[in-house]
Amino acid sequence: MKARIKFRKNGVMKFIGHLDIMRYFQKAIRRAEIPIAFTSGYSPHMIMSFANPLGVGLTSDGEYFDIELTEPIASREAVKRLNEQMVDGMEIVSFVQIPDDKKSKGMSIVAGADYLSSVKNGSLPEDLAEKLEAFYAQNEICVVKKTKKSEKEVDIRPMIYKLECRNGGIYMRVAAGSVQNLKPELVTEAFARYLGMDDEEVAFTHHRLETFAESEDADGKTVLVPLDALGTEIV
Amino acid sequence: MRKLALDDDILLNIEKPARYIGHEVNSVMKDKKAVDIRFAMCFPEVYEVGMSHLGIQILYDMFNRREDTWCERVYSPWIDLDKIMREKNIPLFALESQDPVKDFDFLGITLQFEMCYTNVLQVLDLSGIPLHSEDRTLEDPFVIGGGPCVYNTEPLAEFFDMFYIGEGEVVYDELLEAYKKWKRAGKSRKEFLEMAAEIEGIYVPSFYNVTYKEDGTIESFLPNNPHAKEKIKRVVAADMSQTTYPLKPVVPFIKVTQDRAVLEIQRGCIRGCRFCQAGMVYRPTRPRDINMLKETARAMLKNTGHEEITLSSLSSSDYNELEEIVTFLIDEFHTQGVNISLPSLRIDAFSLDVMSKVQDVRKSSLTFAPEAGTQRMRNVINKGLTEDDILNGAGQAFEGGWTKVKLYFMLGLPTETQEDMEGIAVLADKVARRYYEIPKDQRNGKCQITASSSFFVPKPFSPLQWATMQPMEEYIRRAGIVQEAFRNQLNRKSLRYNWHTAEVTVLEGVFARGDRKVGKVLEEAYRLGCIYDAWDEYFDYDKWLQAFENTGVDMDFYNLRKRELDEIFPWDFIDCGVTKSFLIREWKNAMEGNVTPNCRAKCSGCGAATYGGGVCFEGKN
Repeated sequence: MKARIKFRKNGVMKFIGHLDIMRYFQKAIRRAEIPIAFTSGYSPHMIMSFANPLGVGLTSDGEYFDIELTEPIASREAVKRLNEQMVDGMEIVSFVQIPDDKKSKGMSIVAGADYLSSVKNGSLPEDLAEKLEAFYAQNEICVVKKTKKSEKEVDIRPMIYKLECRNGGIYMRVAAGSVQNLKPELVTEAFARYLGMDDEEVAFTHHRLETFAESEDADGKTVLVPLDALGTEIV
Repeated sequence: MRKLALDDDILLNIEKPARYIGHEVNSVMKDKKAVDIRFAMCFPEVYEVGMSHLGIQILYDMFNRREDTWCERVYSPWIDLDKIMREKNIPLFALESQDPVKDFDFLGITLQFEMCYTNVLQVLDLSGIPLHSEDRTLEDPFVIGGGPCVYNTEPLAEFFDMFYIGEGEVVYDELLEAYKKWKRAGKSRKEFLEMAAEIEGIYVPSFYNVTYKEDGTIESFLPNNPHAKEKIKRVVAADMSQTTYPLKPVVPFIKVTQDRAVLEIQRGCIRGCRFCQAGMVYRPTRPRDINMLKETARAMLKNTGHEEITLSSLSSSDYNELEEIVTFLIDEFHTQGVNISLPSLRIDAFSLDVMSKVQDVRKSSLTFAPEAGTQRMRNVINKGLTEDDILNGAGQAFEGGWTKVKLYFMLGLPTETQEDMEGIAVLADKVARRYYEIPKDQRNGKCQITASSSFFVPKPFSPLQWATMQPMEEYIRRAGIVQEAFRNQLNRKSLRYNWHTAEVTVLEGVFARGDRKVGKVLEEAYRLGCIYDAWDEYFDYDKWLQAFENTGVDMDFYNLRKRELDEIFPWDFIDCGVTKSFLIREWKNAMEGNVTPNCRAKCSGCGAATYGGGVCFEGKN
């Protein structure tokens, strides 16, 4: 049976990269004695897959990974045991069973993510809300995406689903996952440029609020739901 | 949450920020106002190397069991951060509290190899602690050194307030109690050093005067303070089953060199290889009780969640209950997806059987350490491994499906001849021949025999401590002879040979057997910019040569001079259990090619029995 685990990553844990977070959980799961399944062979490893890796320096309230269980364990018990093994800054939020079928599997289902970008250095204009609205109202927002090999210009506007002012920072819902993925810093950089400010004048920290999958609502309309909404509590 | 010593902009712009934030599972946090003693424990290397060291984990755990003491960890900042800290005047800090090292009561530095000495100066310098003991005040921590390099402390004598000679488990409590007493009394720095000097195993270098003869060798080495002992006796934990052991070792976030639970099954070695310092200075061999080991293994895995466990000792095959402990680990943990990483074991039916259970035979390789290419040379160094042992072991392994063999050798050993050098290639070829004796349809393609050699460096307290080294060009010439011999072997296409660089060897030679006079070379090399000398990409031999030239110290005096049997060595004030008369006897046996049996086969009266434990008393009750 498969389970999906939601966790938060805050504080100094933002300096721990994705691969090391995986290692951290492999050890935590052993300490918590969660009945996880292993692959066979000389060096067996845990059956585990992570959604949408978070970059170093970012914090999050909505991180997920899936595991395969050898036997059921109650959601509440699993959350409690795992939380007893967490360091400060890491917190297990939920532990739910997900269907065994292929299409809910792994992290190919990730479709979007919410971020809150707050000002770290410098300041934003007083009329942030209006400026953001005007920025978002553009037909296209072109940025230069750098890869290891090349640089290319991309229109990120279609990948921004929501953009508004929240708590003095910038809230956004953007495309995420293996098909399309937009990093929040590309949005804030483009916005700063739009305002005519450079890196020296304003810098942001980014916090992921939630990770979403596509689902259908009661009317058959495609909507984004948090990944753990696709699972059920194990009792 | 605690405030980090480095800000986000720094941490996000250096390699692996996790090296500097602490916060790992099982790291110990205490209230600094509620403790009397703050101890900064340092391994002067990068985090991943330092975190892999068992000794620090043992002491960290032992200190933190004391309510009045908070022990934290310190490692060398990597090159990138080192530069930033110098530019921005950021003092070196301990990982747990993130407080500057300078605020601590003690800075303990473990000295595991000579090539970390410039990093010792880096740590002191970045901490804002004066490099020289004599310049320190009550504002500075006491700097104490430990680890295998304390068997010749003298190159570092000026930089340390004291050295701890022996096993950490023994007199630290006494030292810390003395410290509390001294602190309450509000006395001078020197008065604490005097209290420390009276504790067995503690050596305070400033309390000794060294005079030299015309020829540069030591004339006398005598205490200048009534509290200082004439001889420092190495302290030893007689019963290894009664010592503390870390059941909750710190679990790093990032992958470190030794990324697994480590079970120390015994200390010391019965073999008596004559080049080996550890084989002498950790005598007597003391095994741990098997039940203690089983419980320790269970607790460590439960508390860390490590996916791998390994055994540690100088020679695991000599642990009497090896079969039982290995079988236990496999039965108890391998089924739960825990890898059992075996140390290099003597190759026999048992070890091949367990290896085939825990490793993929096709991918793993077998390791032999013949150390020398001919039986004559192996007799000189008292390496009890014969050619038959190697060929039989390799043969059994080949028949079991293995195809890869690694062979380790030393070059530049005393009395070495051309035949001994070429013997390395000949032996490797014999191993390959043994493989090709297996009918073609029963073997797995080609075999791969990899031979590596390092150049021999004579170490204090080993029977070869009198040996003369070679000039660097000679080492390179000898490696060339071996390489040429490999080209002439029948199975050359199945053989590989590589050797370690000679530049590091000659420097190691100077610091391994150097006296107080080489301390200034070290300081000058550091001043010229040398750090991380153990890393090929940062090792700068030209700067070192410059440092010798600037200080007028002659490298050849330390490496190429013939040492007489009656010479006073810089380490002779240490009584490490093994007596000088035994070492002289063994040196003579080496020169005559006589083999000395191991401790279990026959006691050779080395002197270590004075510690009252271990193999010296096996079967005597």
